[in-house]
Amino acid sequence: MLSHANAPSEWEDVYEEDSVPPEFTRRVHRLLFASCAALLVGGCTSSGPDLSFLDPQGPVAAMQRTHLFGIVAIVLIVVLPVIVLAPYYAWRYRYRNRSAPYRPQWGFSRPLEFVIWGVPFAIVIGLAVWLTQSTVALDPYRQISADKPVRVEVIGYDWKWLFIYPDSGIASIGLLAFPVDRPLSLHLTSDTVMQSFFIPALGSQIYAMGGMVTHLNLAGSAPGRFLGENTQYNGTGFAQQKFIARAMTPAEYHAWLKHVRVTGIPMTPEVYDVIRKRTTKAAARNALGADRFPDGEIYFTDVPSNLFPRVVRSFHGGVATSAGLLRGTPSGHRSSADAGASNAAAGG
Amino acid sequence: MSLAHFIFGRLTPDDLPFWQMLQHPTGANIVNGIIATTAGAIVVLGAAVTVGLITRYGKWRLLWSQWLTSVDHKRIGIMYIVLSFVMLTRAVIEAVLMRTQQAFGLDGGFLSPNHFAQLFSTHGTIMIFFMAMPFLTGVINYAMPLQIGARDVSFPVMNSISLGLTAAGAALVMVSLDIGQFSTGGWSGYPPYTEAAFNPGVGPDYWIWALTLSSLGSMMTGINFAVTIYKRRTCGMGFFRMPLFTWTALCTSILMIFAMPPLTVATLLLALDRYLGFHFFTNGLGGNMMNFANLFWLFGHPEVYILILPAFGVYSEVFSTFSGKVLYGYRSLVWATMAIAVLSFTVWVHHFFTMGQSADINAVFGVATMLIGIPTGVKVYDWLFTMYRGRVRLTVPMIYAIAFMMLFVIGGLSGIVLANPSVDYQVHNTLFLVAHFHNMLIPGLLFGMLAAYHFWFPKAFGFRLDERWGMIAAACWIIGFVLAFFPLYAVGLLGFPRRTVAYFNPAYVPYMRVALVGAVFIAAALGSLFVQLWISVRNRQAYGAPAGDPWDGRSLEWATPSPPPEYNFPVLPEVTARDAFTRAKDSGAAYQIPAQFADITIPKNSALGPVLGAAGALIGFGLVWYLWWLTVAATAAAVAAIIVRGFARDTEKVIPASDVEREHMRWLDLVASTRAVSRLRELDAANTGLAAHAIPETAQ
Amino acid sequence: MTEKVIYHPGLRLGAAHPDAHEGAEELLFGFWVFLMSDAIVFGLLFATYASMLHSTAGGPGPKQLFDIRSIFVETLALLLSSFTYGMASLSLKYGRRSGPLVAWLCVTLALGLVFLGLEVHDFLSIFHQGAGPTHSGFLSAFFGLVPLHGLHVFTGCVWMIALMAQMAVYGVDRRVKLGLLRLGLFWHFLDIVWVAIFSVVYLGGLT
Repeated sequence: MLSHANAPSEWEDVYEEDSVPPEFTRRVHRLLFASCAALLVGGCTSSGPDLSFLDPQGPVAAMQRTHLFGIVAIVLIVVLPVIVLAPYYAWRYRYRNRSAPYRPQWGFSRPLEFVIWGVPFAIVIGLAVWLTQSTVALDPYRQISADKPVRVEVIGYDWKWLFIYPDSGIASIGLLAFPVDRPLSLHLTSDTVMQSFFIPALGSQIYAMGGMVTHLNLAGSAPGRFLGENTQYNGTGFAQQKFIARAMTPAEYHAWLKHVRVTGIPMTPEVYDVIRKRTTKAAARNALGADRFPDGEIYFTDVPSNLFPRVVRSFHGGVATSAGLLRGTPSGHRSSADAGASNAAAGG
Repeated sequence: MSLAHFIFGRLTPDDLPFWQMLQHPTGANIVNGIIATTAGAIVVLGAAVTVGLITRYGKWRLLWSQWLTSVDHKRIGIMYIVLSFVMLTRAVIEAVLMRTQQAFGLDGGFLSPNHFAQLFSTHGTIMIFFMAMPFLTGVINYAMPLQIGARDVSFPVMNSISLGLTAAGAALVMVSLDIGQFSTGGWSGYPPYTEAAFNPGVGPDYWIWALTLSSLGSMMTGINFAVTIYKRRTCGMGFFRMPLFTWTALCTSILMIFAMPPLTVATLLLALDRYLGFHFFTNGLGGNMMNFANLFWLFGHPEVYILILPAFGVYSEVFSTFSGKVLYGYRSLVWATMAIAVLSFTVWVHHFFTMGQSADINAVFGVATMLIGIPTGVKVYDWLFTMYRGRVRLTVPMIYAIAFMMLFVIGGLSGIVLANPSVDYQVHNTLFLVAHFHNMLIPGLLFGMLAAYHFWFPKAFGFRLDERWGMIAAACWIIGFVLAFFPLYAVGLLGFPRRTVAYFNPAYVPYMRVALVGAVFIAAALGSLFVQLWISVRNRQAYGAPAGDPWDGRSLEWATPSPPPEYNFPVLPEVTARDAFTRAKDSGAAYQIPAQFADITIPKNSALGPVLGAAGALIGFGLVWYLWWLTVAATAAAVAAIIVRGFARDTEKVIPASDVEREHMRWLDLVASTRAVSRLRELDAANTGLAAHAIPETAQ
Repeated sequence: MTEKVIYHPGLRLGAAHPDAHEGAEELLFGFWVFLMSDAIVFGLLFATYASMLHSTAGGPGPKQLFDIRSIFVETLALLLSSFTYGMASLSLKYGRRSGPLVAWLCVTLALGLVFLGLEVHDFLSIFHQGAGPTHSGFLSAFFGLVPLHGLHVFTGCVWMIALMAQMAVYGVDRRVKLGLLRLGLFWHFLDIVWVAIFSVVYLGGLT
């Protein structure tokens, strides 16, 4: 049997320096965490439209923010010990620290197993209950309140959103105006590829897809201007597919409706062709001579009431189609109210 | 069809990177044209230099006979890792370009939107399919058969074919820099954007065929690894005596077997839509784009566990080896790994909570997603308690492991945030999501692979890597990652969408600038790795560890010379416990002379791997450019090669017992004359690969 | 190591074929795992088909297109070919001469080609009714699933011919035996998939 026990082995009490002290790495970590936190707070205070649900402007966004903070706080229970203990153990049980106990065969402890499995499990159960409640409560398809909502039909083009107000016969690009005293009920579709409609300060995003109708319910809590955008990449003009959502007082809102009805470009087929073209909002503004409107906005009047359903049906050979196919699934199991709305859109 | 049309398909001069710039020399075209041409030139130059150097030093025969046709898992593993480093370089450069663009992207920036879109598409595609998958496949290929005491994987020729197909996919992505352009639809390639109606060009086709080749390779790899672990474990190695890395390799390969088919189906159905006018995912005539999302993410979610499980296995090895201690909670880790593998098939909808399905469906998948967090958290704590009451040595792999632990849990936190549909509605498709998955992939996967590289390099090549430059690289990766991605969490919460070339709100600028600094650190980290390799090769005498055990390793791969012989073990070992090599060293049973040597039969080299790889690349290229003659010819060649291989009968070679004995005795003589070192001298020139296993201080 | 009984999917050649029997376990297990991944592919195509059953876009659906008599004959041919392959496997295991083995393989091949011929004829007649895959999502799903099975059968036929060619050169040696075992698994697997197609696509569509 070959043994190396007799081979000379060095055993010296010389403490050599590590090449990069682990302290260095840890100090860098701490510094970076701190600066990131500072930057985050700093970034929230800016002029311009409200960007984020961290400063929520509607009930949905407010609940989402609370949920976010709650999740972070609860999960930190499991996360912080790791961040603290990992460098601590690495330091305390470092090779040269002969005073620390060394148990090379210790690989199991039943009480510790209970804690390691049990604590995350309990946390996940708790979070799962909250998740279920919150998902149902903040379902984009769910009506926000009993008040009669403002209906807006949203069509995603490359690269602009068209907002149709079917009850008023007007439409706009670049501005989604609504009153603060009523919720907003959006029906969305796309004339082109899959897109995702998003107003962070107000609430959830939702996909808009060709041949299908999705719903989004939002509300504003106070007048203001909010960033709106598309988050699903759809081509070179994607970054420019932005708009402003504006919550107005009821008086302002009615004034705006009247203003658009009077000054808007009549939605003739030629005008509609310009909208459908694969260009940005700015290019469409140029093509339509829309300088009289505020920056980045285009208003339309005399909008055909069946424009939205026509766009949806265009992907079904122009034929009215079942609610199920409208939602893209073989069995759409929406509430009857929503199903009714879908059928109206399909048949209207 | 004219003759020119038949020969050239849809190739035109316009498909060269500099053509647009010459035809329409606007400012934007020139900037983008120069960047594109430079990239294309680097590919051509790189290939030319490589070919030139091999010719200059007359190494073609060696390259062919020792490497390309080798079916040795060790050689194949090394080639996979070489491929992944090449692709990592390209993808990091792309990342730096994107960060630079976004740092100066207020109101425009310097990159065209189309160029930026290709960058984010190639970056994601390369990092996942041609950097991460090859890296982990290479590491498992190298280490796993040694760890289970086998001579090779179950299907060595198929192993070589997998490598060939993966390289073919990578070649297609590289060629897209010179001829034509790549997809702009991201690494996920959602239709209808990637349908012919919206993107009739070659981009999505390059993406489809590169992915198809890669996924076929990975499917075969999964079968290979799983069968190897089931059927080739050495005597006495029951499942619960396998090293944790082998456990994670097993679960990874099972995931590969069952998760790659959905990707193949998704890409091939999209190809049918694009090439033959089918209507699987189109807007009209009954197509349903949501099916693509389901198919893709049925693949995509298990895929991310394919990416992370091998890293988890590496960390298990690293934590126990460099704490000089058994792994805490071995059984828990095994059950947790299996739970993760199973659960990974139950969560795919969380990638598209916002697609409009009901709250009930979203809630179910949200809860399932959080459930996966439990076994993952358990693993982190198990590693933590592996250090507890150990003797921790802060080598480069351990630095990666500790940094992983601290950073990964933050990614886990953001993952739980994303798992909640109501919050996900706010952060989906924003940079928060991008920060989350990079948080999992960089500290998780990449640090794990780099730790594995550092850890097993001496086994593969007989000398250690330079520790100082390893530390520099690790520090740059850590700092770079934090600076590049933590600001992205912030801007994501501030509404910044992903895949955005430009933005119009100055509030985002400071975050983007910090992120750019991080990207520069990451580029420096990559550079440091190359410097480390250069210096290590130069100093390979001083760093030499031919006796085979530089780290006082615990599992069987360390019980071989460095590098091991082609057949791995002269006599297949018999195992009686976990941590088999440590057990042997403790009981004085290591470095034995076997009672008897026997002839060893191993497979001969085979050209089938490189042939099918080349054929695959040509088939892909032909399909992209409508060069039907090329596709047909290459397919016929591939089929013929497979049929001809069926007629091969002389496929094995015998290594005589006397040779085996001579090699083994030579190694044992080397060990006998080697000075054993304690861990204090682990990083010294004195460490030539023999561990003084007794620890002088009192151990309980 | 103690003598262990070797089990693997498919026909066990047993001690009478010592050369092939030893190597069979790993090879057949691996091939069976591949078949499971293939099953996933088919499963996903079935799921796609099911979700697009009503996406006829105003065009023809299953009732208008499927010719049940042709399908019935195809099914008989394929099921019979599985039986004849089983006979071939038995003569491989128990036979002393290769004559019956080759004969049964030839019958299997012929039946497979009959199946393919009828299937191609079916597809052509559906095309002539103006119902090619480019006409609707339903038709795309149909033409994604069923021809994929046909392509697998075609590959099996090519494999069978290649094995018979190897037999002509080398006789029924170890590699030929292992190839026949795997081809057997493949052929029976395709039978099972066809039963699913017959039930779900054809019978399901016609009721």
